[in-house]
Amino acid sequence: MLDGTQLNQKEQPVDVTGAQALVRSLEEQGVEVVFGLPGGTILPTYDPLLSSSLRHILVRHEQGAGHAAEGYYWATGRPGVCMATSGPGATNLVTALADAYMDSVPMVAITGQVGRPLIGTDAFQEADITGITLPITKHNELVTDPERIPDAIAEAFHIATTGRPGPVLIDVPKDVQQATIGWQSAGPINLPGYRIPGPPSRAAIAAAARLLHAARRPVLYVGGGVIKSNAHEELFRLAELAQAPVTTTLMARGAFPDAHPLALGMPGMHGMFPAVAALQEADLIVALGSRFDDRVTGNLQAFAPSAQIVHADIDPAEIGKIRRPDVAILGDLKPIMAGLAEALSAEVTATGAQPDTADWRATLDSWKRQFPLRYSQAADGPLKPQYVVERLSALTGGNAVVVAGVGQHQMHATQHYSFTKPRSWINSGGAGTMGFAVPAAMGAQVGRPGELVVAIDGDGCFQMTAQELATCAIEGLPIKVLIFNNGFLGMIRQWQELFYDERYSHSELGQTIPDYVKLAEAYGCYGLRCDSADQVDETLEKALAATDVPAVVDFRVHDREGVFPMVAAGRPNDEIILGPEFSSDEQAAARRRDMETR
Amino acid sequence: MTTHTLSVLVENKPGVLAHVAGLFSRRAFNISSLAVGPTADAGVSRMTIVLDGDSTPVGQVMSQLDKLVRVLKVVELTRGSAVERELALVKVRAEAGHRSQLLEVAQVFGASVVDMSPTTLVLEAVSSPGKLDALLAMLDSYGTCEIVRTGRIALGRGAGAITDEAPAAADGEPAAA
Repeated sequence: MLDGTQLNQKEQPVDVTGAQALVRSLEEQGVEVVFGLPGGTILPTYDPLLSSSLRHILVRHEQGAGHAAEGYYWATGRPGVCMATSGPGATNLVTALADAYMDSVPMVAITGQVGRPLIGTDAFQEADITGITLPITKHNELVTDPERIPDAIAEAFHIATTGRPGPVLIDVPKDVQQATIGWQSAGPINLPGYRIPGPPSRAAIAAAARLLHAARRPVLYVGGGVIKSNAHEELFRLAELAQAPVTTTLMARGAFPDAHPLALGMPGMHGMFPAVAALQEADLIVALGSRFDDRVTGNLQAFAPSAQIVHADIDPAEIGKIRRPDVAILGDLKPIMAGLAEALSAEVTATGAQPDTADWRATLDSWKRQFPLRYSQAADGPLKPQYVVERLSALTGGNAVVVAGVGQHQMHATQHYSFTKPRSWINSGGAGTMGFAVPAAMGAQVGRPGELVVAIDGDGCFQMTAQELATCAIEGLPIKVLIFNNGFLGMIRQWQELFYDERYSHSELGQTIPDYVKLAEAYGCYGLRCDSADQVDETLEKALAATDVPAVVDFRVHDREGVFPMVAAGRPNDEIILGPEFSSDEQAAARRRDMETR
Repeated sequence: MTTHTLSVLVENKPGVLAHVAGLFSRRAFNISSLAVGPTADAGVSRMTIVLDGDSTPVGQVMSQLDKLVRVLKVVELTRGSAVERELALVKVRAEAGHRSQLLEVAQVFGASVVDMSPTTLVLEAVSSPGKLDALLAMLDSYGTCEIVRTGRIALGRGAGAITDEAPAAADGEPAAA
C-alpha cells in the first residue's frame, strides 16, 4: 500500500485514499508535528500517519492537543496542528479552539466525522463540529468531496497564518478519508472572499509619525500583534528613535525587554502603576497590534481622556471597534513600524528637532521609583509566589520560555519575571483558559527542544490538564512545572475577599490533596516540594537541572497573597489600588500622579 | 427605528448562511430581516440584510462580515440611492360586510387578492417598506389572521452594479481627525 511519503506528484496521478492525501497535504505544508488522539472516524488517517514524516504526539486528552498546538505556535512562530476523532474527540478541542481564536493563534485542527451517509442521523460519535466551532474559528469546513482534500488543507494553512491569524478546523468524514482519488498537490489558493491588507498607507504612516514627533507624552501600547508579526526589532528601533515609553500587554510580554529604561511593563487590571498611569496621562497612544481590551482600558469612558490615538492593526474590524482612532494604519506591523521609524527620522531631519519626551520620561521614572511592584517576603514567613518568580527570573537570566495558566500565578509570573525577548512568554489571555499551562508548555518544548520551558501553574489550573505529564514523560519532554499551590482558586478567592464580603463560596481546594509530589512520581516525573523562602533557590536549581524527565514542584505558597496593583472590573483606571504594601499617603500620591517638569 | 440595508455577495457553498447568521449571533448584532437568493452567477448568492441601526454599529457589522472567508462583498445601500421592495402575504378577516372596503384598501395599495374563503381574504402586496407597513396597519383594523413577509430586498439605483464598487475594507487612510 502506498503511504503519503512515497507519492510523487510529477508522475501520472497516483491513486491514493483521502487519508493518504490528507497526510501528504500536511507534509507539503511543512508540518513537522501533530498533536492528537485517534478514534473511530479518524482511524483511516492515522494509518498513513504511522509511516509518514510527521511526528505525532499522543496526548491523553484532546484539549491537551489543542493547547499544545498553541504552545508550539507561540514558541516557534509556526502553525500548530492537532487532530481528533468525531463527537467527543472534536468537542474536547473546543476550548482550545476558543482560546486560539481569542488570542489569534494560527492553528489547524483536523477532525474525523461520521461517514457522509450518516451525517444528520445522530450516528455514534456524531457532533456537528463545524456548527459548534463556527463562532470560535477563523474559518472551518466540512470536506464532502475527497478530491478537495489537498486544496482544503492548503487553504486552511493559508487562512490560519495570514492576515490576523486564527484557528481553522477541517472536518473530514470517514468515507471521504477512505475514498480513492488521483493525487494532485493543492492548486494555487483561490479564495475570492478572503482579503489580506496590502502594504500600509504611506500617508497614514506619515500622519502618525507627525503626531509621534509632536507628542510630549506618547506611549507605545504594544499588543500581541507585534509578537505575531515578529516585529520586535522594529519596535525597539521605533521606541528608541521616538524616545517613547513602551507598555507591553499580557499578550506582548517579551516584545520589548523589561529592563530597558523605556519599558513600563504591563498595562491593565493588574498592570504596573507606571504603565496604567502613563496611558491615562498620555497625549498620544500608539496602539500597535493591540485592541483596547476591557482588561486594559478599565472603564472605557474614563480611559486615556486626553490622548490622541494612532491605531495600527492588520484587522480592519479592530480599528474603531472600541476607541475611534485619529490615525488608522491598516496592515502588517513589521512594515508599519519600519515605516514609522523611517518617517519619524524624516520628520526629525525636516524640523531639526528631536522628539521631546524628557519631562515625560522623568515623570515615568519617578513613578517607577515611587510605585514599583511591592510585596514582602519574611525570611521565616509564609512563602510568597512573587518571590519564587523573582528567583526563577534571576536563576534563568530571563532566558526561559515561561508558560502560565490563568489566575493569580499568571499575573505574578508576568509581573515579576523580567522578559528579555519575544516568544518567551506563553499564556491564555483573551479566553482565560485554566489548564492551559501544562499542555502549552508541552507544545513549546516540542518546538524548542533543548531549551528551558517552565510552566508556572496554579493548583486549580494544574488539575485540569495534569494528565499531559504522562505525555511529556513518555515523549521525552522535560518541562518544568512550578505549581503555586495556595489551596484555593486564588483569583476567585481574591475577588470574594474584595467584592463579596470575604464569603469564600466554593473557592477552597485544599493544599494537600492531591499530593503533587506523589502525583508527579506516578506520572514518571521528578517531584519536589518547597514551602520556605530559604529553600526556593535550591529547589529551583534541582528542578531546572532535570533534563531527562519533567519536573514538578509543589510550592506551598501563602493563601492570602493577592495580586496588586488592581483596577476593579469596570472601574476607571484612575482608581487603581496599589495594594496593602502601600500606605494611604502613597495611595493618595498615586491618585495625584504628580508630573515632573524641568 | 432606523435601519441599514446591506447587500452581501457570498459564495454559494454549504454552510455560508450559517457563517453569516452565526456572526450576527456571536457579535450580538440585531437583524430585522435577511433575504437570500441566487444571482446570475450560479456560484454566488446575494443576501439583503436589514439591521436595526439603533443597537448595531453598521461599520463594525460590515467589517466583521467582510472577514468571513465565504463573503465576497459587502455594500451598504442607502435609502435614497436604492430601490427597496418586500413581498407580503396577508390573511385578513373579511366578513361579508367588510369585503368591499377591504378590496378598496387593497386597490389603493396596489395589493391583489390571491385567495378567498367565506370569512377571509389573502392579499399579496409588493411594496417599499414604508408603504407595506401602512397597508398592514390598515388591514389590522379588520383583523389580521396571519402574515408572512419575505424580508426586504434592495438594488442600487442607476447604472452601477454591486460588483463595480470597491470592497468595504478600510484602506488605511487616516480616519477623520
